[in-house]
Amino acid sequence: MLKYVAKRILLAIVTIWAVATLTFFLMNMVPGGPFLSEKAISPQATAALEAKYGLDKPLMQRYVTYMTDALHGDFGDSLKQRGRTVMSIIKMKFPVSARVGGISVLVSLCLGVPLGCLAALKRGKFLDSLISVVSTCGIAVPSFVVCTLLLYTLGVNLRLLPTMGLNGWKNYIMPVIALSFYPTAYIMRLMRSSMLDVLGQDYMRTAKAKGVAGFWIMFKHALRNAILPVVTYVGPMLAYTVTGSFVVEKIFVIPGLGGEFIGAIGGRDYTLIMGTTIFLATLIVIMNVIVDIVYKIVDPRIKLK
Amino acid sequence: MSEYLVDIKNERLSFFTPAGEVKALNDVSIHMREGEVLGIVGESGSGKSVTAYSLMGLTAHPGKLIDGSLYFNGHQIETMSDKEMRKIRGNEVSIIFQDPMTSLNPVYTIGNQIMEAVLLHTDKNRAQAKERARELLELVGINEPEKRLRQYPHELSGGMRQRVMIAIALACEPKLLIADEPTTALDVTIQAQILELMMELKDRLGMAIIMITHDLGVVASMCERIAVMYAGKIVEYGTTDDIFYAPKHQYTKGLIRSIPRLDTKEHERLVPIEGTPVDMLNPPAGCPFAPRCDACMKICLREMPPVTHFGRVHYTQCWLNQKEEMEAQKEKGAANE
Repeated sequence: MLKYVAKRILLAIVTIWAVATLTFFLMNMVPGGPFLSEKAISPQATAALEAKYGLDKPLMQRYVTYMTDALHGDFGDSLKQRGRTVMSIIKMKFPVSARVGGISVLVSLCLGVPLGCLAALKRGKFLDSLISVVSTCGIAVPSFVVCTLLLYTLGVNLRLLPTMGLNGWKNYIMPVIALSFYPTAYIMRLMRSSMLDVLGQDYMRTAKAKGVAGFWIMFKHALRNAILPVVTYVGPMLAYTVTGSFVVEKIFVIPGLGGEFIGAIGGRDYTLIMGTTIFLATLIVIMNVIVDIVYKIVDPRIKLK
Repeated sequence: MSEYLVDIKNERLSFFTPAGEVKALNDVSIHMREGEVLGIVGESGSGKSVTAYSLMGLTAHPGKLIDGSLYFNGHQIETMSDKEMRKIRGNEVSIIFQDPMTSLNPVYTIGNQIMEAVLLHTDKNRAQAKERARELLELVGINEPEKRLRQYPHELSGGMRQRVMIAIALACEPKLLIADEPTTALDVTIQAQILELMMELKDRLGMAIIMITHDLGVVASMCERIAVMYAGKIVEYGTTDDIFYAPKHQYTKGLIRSIPRLDTKEHERLVPIEGTPVDMLNPPAGCPFAPRCDACMKICLREMPPVTHFGRVHYTQCWLNQKEEMEAQKEKGAANE
């Protein structure tokens, strides 16, 4: 186990390095730069700015400098948000996104897993069809449509919920619905199909023949076998969701990290692009290791090598 | 109340599939005394397993009992709720399945799965249940029971897993053990061991066994009575001697002809039963075996044969037997005059 974790950490470092390198060169291949804007800036000013941030140096030299700094924990200053380091931006914005995202993941698990099981149990019945329709909608409808519909009905017409900011618990309801809509639908589908598979297994018949009651058969014997695909999905999904969604944060005016991802790319804020990308990559790698360990706990047949 | 442990009368059971009604059981009657070993033989789809499962209330989803009464150990099975059935399952009647590789839950330890059956049906606490599980593993001849309790199914061999299945089935000392092809998925040497174990445990615990199999060798060595099933009907029923030494039904005769014998010559061919099993969706009007029967008569294709008795136990459902028996009676009558 320890050996496995050590090996995974080593592998994680390589992965993150690869992601960082690829991102660094790709973003520099994209035309444009952080200091181009509609307002004409004098060439001297631009040159001065570039010199200040080291953008006038050759690409390879910049790469080496950046990587060395990053290894020492210094991810640089934001090129666009004057006076802020990349770390301080992430530190400030990530908790906001993580709170909304974390709640959304919890909600989608709490809804998706039982509803998926229910659909499998009631296979072919009305309830199954209803759940299938809802989950297909959830997967097909993009989040901006969900956001807009929510805003229009609950926020504007019925005036039940506040439409922006994160001042109270009521503010969380709409963003959480919008964020958890797709994962809930996806988990329902995963759960339904793997549950159907498990329900047909011989050991379920054994459990029934032992006289185990219906609820326990599902909870003890079926769920643990059927949950693996959901675990696989939830790991990376959690990483994506807690780092925020650009669309949802924009529409509900939430000061989260999701906006920074897109904003940084649009503004060619090189250091911020690198910072957010490395941050997300690290989260995903960590989640994958956790998923593997959870796998081992859920299914003893899995060997961690 | 009945003098029997198991008394199934005129059971009819159908599966209502999208393609239509499949009459899986057609007027099946079985009775067994305590401690008796009954073999049910027949090819796939003949209704062997369905008969046994219905006795446990485990008929799979589109299946439905149409008619008949199922009595077991003081219970009228067909009138019982699922909750009442759960108290019997695994307690008074247990089952061992065909494939031990897939019949144990892969994510729980052996100990957990045996203890579950004990905890469900007795007042024992966890420590006592664990002790009982250890005893059971010893009973079924598994070495190092302490260690095995903590192991997972994938860490055991096929024969060992089938022993565990037997341990689970015996957890509450059932009155009846249903063995659904318990040795089909095992190696020949292991097969013999498992059968021996079952017989030994039967003698020790005094339970009745229903042995479902398509292996005539297995029933010959284990069973006292044998029911031969074909297309959802019991076509011949009798003691083991009746079936092996005086088979009457053409199907039974065919089955026995198809087993290799010690005195079979080297290049001699075994005699197969020609044709394929009936389509249970559209069963023929008459005897279901008629299309494959060497001695098929016109009436066989039109009408279901009645029951013909030979002695107290032995009976068949066959027009040929009926005809022969009537002729024999007539001759007897003529001789008496």
